[in-house]
Amino acid sequence: MKRRIFIKQLALTAAIAAIGLGSNSLNAQQKTVKVGVLHSLSGTMAISETVLKDTVLMAIDEINAKGGVLGMKIEPVVVDPASNWPLFAEKARQLITQDKVAVTFGCWTSVSRKSVLPVFEELNSLLFYPVQYEGEEISKNVFYTGAAPNQQAIPAVEYLMSKDGGTAKRWVLLGTDYVYPRTTNKILRAFLKSKGVADADIMEEYTPFGHSDYQTIIAKIKKFASEGKKTAVVSTINGDSNVPFYKELGNQGLKATDVPVVAFSVGEEELRGVDTKPLVGHLAAWNYFMSIKAPANDAFTKKWATYAKTKNVAGHKDKALTNDPMEATYIGIYMWKQAVEKAKSFDVAKVTAAMGGQTFTAPSGITSTMDAKNHHLHKAVFIGEIKADGQFNVVWKTKGPVKAQPWSPYIAGNDKKKDEPALMAEKKK
Amino acid sequence: MSVVFGRIYTMRDWFFVGLASLTVFVIVPILSLVVSQDSTFHVSQYWVTLIGKIMCYAIVAIAMDLVWGYTGILSLGHGLFFALGGYAMGMYLMRQIGREGQYQSDLPDFMVFLDWKELPWQWWYTDQFWWALLLVVLVPGLLALVFGFFAFRSRVKGVYFSIITQALTFAAMLLFFRNATGFGGNNGFTDFKSILGLPITTPETRMILFTLTGAALIGTLLLGRWIVTSKFGRVLTAIRDAETRVAFCGYNTVYYKLAIFVLSAMICGIAGALYVPQVGIINPSEMSPANSIEIAIWVAVGGRGTLSGAILGAGLVNYAKSFFTQAFPEYWLYALGLIFIFVTLFLPQGVMGLLRKNK
Amino acid sequence: MKTLLFALLLCASASPAAPAFAIDKTAVEKLAFGDADERSASIAALLAEGDPHAAALLEAVSEGDMQSAGKRILIVKGGQGIDAVTGEAVAPLPEGREDVVANNRLRREIEGALAAFKLLSPERPTRLAAAKALAGGADAAMLPLVKKALEKETDSDIKLLLELTAASMEMHSGDKETRLAAIQRLGESNSPNSRTLLAQAAADADDDIRLAAQKSLREVQGKLAWGERAGLLFAGISLGSILLLTALGLAITYGLMGVINMAHGELIMIGAYATYVVQILFRKTNFFEWYLLLAVPVSFIVAAAVGMLLERVVIRWLYGRPLETLLATWGISLMLIQSVRTVFGAANVQVENPAFMSGGIHAFAGVVLPWSRLVIIAFAIAVLISMWLLLTKTRLGLFVRGVTQNRAMASCVGVPTGLVDMWAFGLGSGIAGLAGCALSQIGNVGPDLGQGYIVDSFMVVVFGGVGQLAGTVYAALTLGFANKFLEEVSGAVIAKIMVLVFIIIFIQRRPQGLFAVKGRAVEA
Repeated sequence: MKRRIFIKQLALTAAIAAIGLGSNSLNAQQKTVKVGVLHSLSGTMAISETVLKDTVLMAIDEINAKGGVLGMKIEPVVVDPASNWPLFAEKARQLITQDKVAVTFGCWTSVSRKSVLPVFEELNSLLFYPVQYEGEEISKNVFYTGAAPNQQAIPAVEYLMSKDGGTAKRWVLLGTDYVYPRTTNKILRAFLKSKGVADADIMEEYTPFGHSDYQTIIAKIKKFASEGKKTAVVSTINGDSNVPFYKELGNQGLKATDVPVVAFSVGEEELRGVDTKPLVGHLAAWNYFMSIKAPANDAFTKKWATYAKTKNVAGHKDKALTNDPMEATYIGIYMWKQAVEKAKSFDVAKVTAAMGGQTFTAPSGITSTMDAKNHHLHKAVFIGEIKADGQFNVVWKTKGPVKAQPWSPYIAGNDKKKDEPALMAEKKK
Repeated sequence: MSVVFGRIYTMRDWFFVGLASLTVFVIVPILSLVVSQDSTFHVSQYWVTLIGKIMCYAIVAIAMDLVWGYTGILSLGHGLFFALGGYAMGMYLMRQIGREGQYQSDLPDFMVFLDWKELPWQWWYTDQFWWALLLVVLVPGLLALVFGFFAFRSRVKGVYFSIITQALTFAAMLLFFRNATGFGGNNGFTDFKSILGLPITTPETRMILFTLTGAALIGTLLLGRWIVTSKFGRVLTAIRDAETRVAFCGYNTVYYKLAIFVLSAMICGIAGALYVPQVGIINPSEMSPANSIEIAIWVAVGGRGTLSGAILGAGLVNYAKSFFTQAFPEYWLYALGLIFIFVTLFLPQGVMGLLRKNK
Repeated sequence: MKTLLFALLLCASASPAAPAFAIDKTAVEKLAFGDADERSASIAALLAEGDPHAAALLEAVSEGDMQSAGKRILIVKGGQGIDAVTGEAVAPLPEGREDVVANNRLRREIEGALAAFKLLSPERPTRLAAAKALAGGADAAMLPLVKKALEKETDSDIKLLLELTAASMEMHSGDKETRLAAIQRLGESNSPNSRTLLAQAAADADDDIRLAAQKSLREVQGKLAWGERAGLLFAGISLGSILLLTALGLAITYGLMGVINMAHGELIMIGAYATYVVQILFRKTNFFEWYLLLAVPVSFIVAAAVGMLLERVVIRWLYGRPLETLLATWGISLMLIQSVRTVFGAANVQVENPAFMSGGIHAFAGVVLPWSRLVIIAFAIAVLISMWLLLTKTRLGLFVRGVTQNRAMASCVGVPTGLVDMWAFGLGSGIAGLAGCALSQIGNVGPDLGQGYIVDSFMVVVFGGVGQLAGTVYAALTLGFANKFLEEVSGAVIAKIMVLVFIIIFIQRRPQGLFAVKGRAVEA
């Protein structure tokens, strides 16, 4: 009867607890240093994040081939947080406490970063975050190698306002309904207002995650565009929805010469799934394009193509593509290596101190500098037009690297914020 | 009283309940807090939170087993009740952050960010712990009551019930993803600082949460056991096996089903409330239909119709998930998928059935 | 046309001895190396001569075929290169060439200039296309050219277009009478562009102009409003057809056979990937345009084969235990997703539409009906009809219906129920594969493709009434319309939630769905 097997259910409770007992991992071997890779390899975000895992592994191979860091080989610890946000936190804790990694490269979505942030702060470990995001955050334990809004969104809008960009006067702010688009659009709205654009000339529109039917939205854009002056669309549509959006855009005959669409989440990898011929001329703003002509970029793309071939990276072995987050990941790893070498230690505090002011010749062809204080990179901004082959023509770029403003001046109250990590721990005591 | 005790479990079973309590309340706390970090017997924070999390899932699995395994109603919306409990607790935790947030405002950060000047109505009184606790059980309970009442009264059953519960949780997920709904949108709630004045990340607080979860699990197990051995429980099982006959015997099956459904939803809410402070985040993806299906899978793997099976299933699947995602990050879905297929094909009674057969 | 012009350039360069033609060298250099304003100016300079070679040159710039090697400017297409100024063939191509980048502004200006230029072409289709391009909103500076073309034009369609274009340009005129006439004229138009112009004029300081503009604006808006309504209707039908395609397979596997097939979405995905593979194979041949003809049967067969395999290995042990099929098929779906990820990579793959599927029909009043959606609607109808024929007119269909209605009895009269199950499941899976083939034309093809459709498909089948094909059709169309109309009113997010809530309430009121199976059984 059921009562007899009750023993088992208690044995289980004990067993679960018991697993914990023998769990203390052996100290990492002295000859290697462990590095965590925290990117989703399954679930909804796998589509974007998998390639970043491979980028990390490529850079580690490269560094190891040249003798490693401080004479130690780097040993990557790859885990799969499966696009599950609580699992991100659990895996982060596992990497730090069980595997004792010196640093972690990972996360894509803001929510995954927000999920692991308390863990990194609590256990005082380092995270390198390689994706453009909405700002409004500086943590002493995170180095942000992607763009803040002023390094991507605002230059793009300025370009569209210029004569070259088509002197847009009316704006459609279109995005997936989550924090990054909301924040970016909030900043852009404030920015546009400061440039004298009236509220009636801004249309904000959001779609749910995974939205795949853009007929009505595009009809709305068309209507809006016909109601007045020159219109441009700023798209913060997230990953998967971009393909149906662009396919509909092309089929509905909304051409870039009439209503240009500038996107902040669409790069070479996203366009892989789209027939780009009808999209020629639509824009994207990034800090890196695969088509940039620079020696550093030639080397980077070549290395990636070779790596993808030899390691049989699915998708990339036939058609190797690089994109902005991959570049940001790559910069991050090398900067960490340089900082470790400067600090002559893997100690978090020492490495953090050494990170400020690190420079690296980025594949984008400029010398990226890690800001001395705010943990964000100084990056150049490029605006590219989609070409028929799925690559981008760079039509505009900033004169040099732009300093990140994680606290956007276009959001009320941010003027009082310090441009450096607040010392939470100290404040509490 | 002793009659009740005896009916629920034999002496031997009570011995194991005691043992489990000892583990959760004494052994693990000592091993984690007192034993030095370098000792082989030290239980690290990672394991404390992991086991705490799995125990929350086990509570949900028991709740699921009560409605599915014993009453034969497969709800694919239990993730929603779990998440609602979590959100209720999350609201309290967000209010506890106070002015320590990024924007040093009385309002939670995301509201400052959306330019809201005051708390929307759904947040009223959430700074009171008692109110948060009430919400934890009341919100899932009320939703289950209303939804269940109409569904059971219209005799929606079997697969239809499963699919509309799935629609329910999917709709709720989309609703919570909206920023305008007022629950932080996709980011949900995170970066909690303290609970009842205790800083949330210290080992001591974690251990308190751990033991509370353990107590809740043991409590749920005993409650579940008491229900299924009571007359009420027997009617439930009869409904599962032949609902029409039970109805012909004069029982109003609607109210029996409704009662267990609401109770199950409330238990899920409690599990969610314990889950959030331990994992540190609650977000609408907890409401995705996939999560709810997974809950059913825990129960199926462990063995439907046995409470111990539910716990075992939740433990096995989740531990396997945690283990595989690290050991074989690229291939773990194959392993997980295979387990599900294998269990449904060869172990219709779950792992528990296998254990019983070998006896 | 474009290739034609390039051929013209090449032909001209056939005699290498003497320069084949000469284009203003400084203008070309300005076009290639100048700053934005110089480049714009050079367009006019190049076209002023009316030289067709210059037009071809501009087209090459706009297509991104112009390159520079040092000071030399080349036009390179398909490995062949010619000197942009002299027209001489250049072989071998020099190393270190750089693209001459054309941005939107330049491209727009070239487009406008070329359109005006082509208005004088002797061929009607060229003129029509040019007139259409200009009607989309042209620079007022083109007015003299348009007027010149109008004088010569004999074709009534083109003439109408040009008159409207001229009117829209005259809106900027300084002369009041001209403007009033233009306003009157634009009232007859149904293009969104006219609305833009009239809306501006409707706020004019001059009373006469303002009143006239407001009157014309009302007329135009009335026509456009009809266009919007028609567009919405089409969007509803289109979404309905997609829902129908994704749900039809499930109507068999779940509706008729009672398998809660959570892997249904993944069978759709397999169909889409099958299309992708066929497309890759065709890319190497000259018949790329026709790959869909093969992709349709291949996606059906592949998905059906996977489905039949699953049925034989897993599902057949679970008949009569619907809730367990849910768990097993969930496991299957996880494995299918991961195997696709392993084989094809986690990123989306590109499925290119054949040329006839891109673009759309400009119906009226700014409404565009994309070809891909029209084809999918027709495809959905075709699939529906063939499925209906198969189920009602063939022996297999008879068996399937027999087995699903009364398995024991069917078996008694000699129906091989096991095999029928396999074929039926294969049929349902194959139709899912067809849906995948269709979806690959309008959406993304990635490992997660199926996950986005699984909940919707179940909603359609349950809403329509399980076991009822007609119900599935009505349900798909109803949900398609409901979704699109609500989206128009309340935005996409709320619309989706409202539709789900509506289904929940509907099922609670009417558990058997739109169409109930009539019978006397108390419960199954």
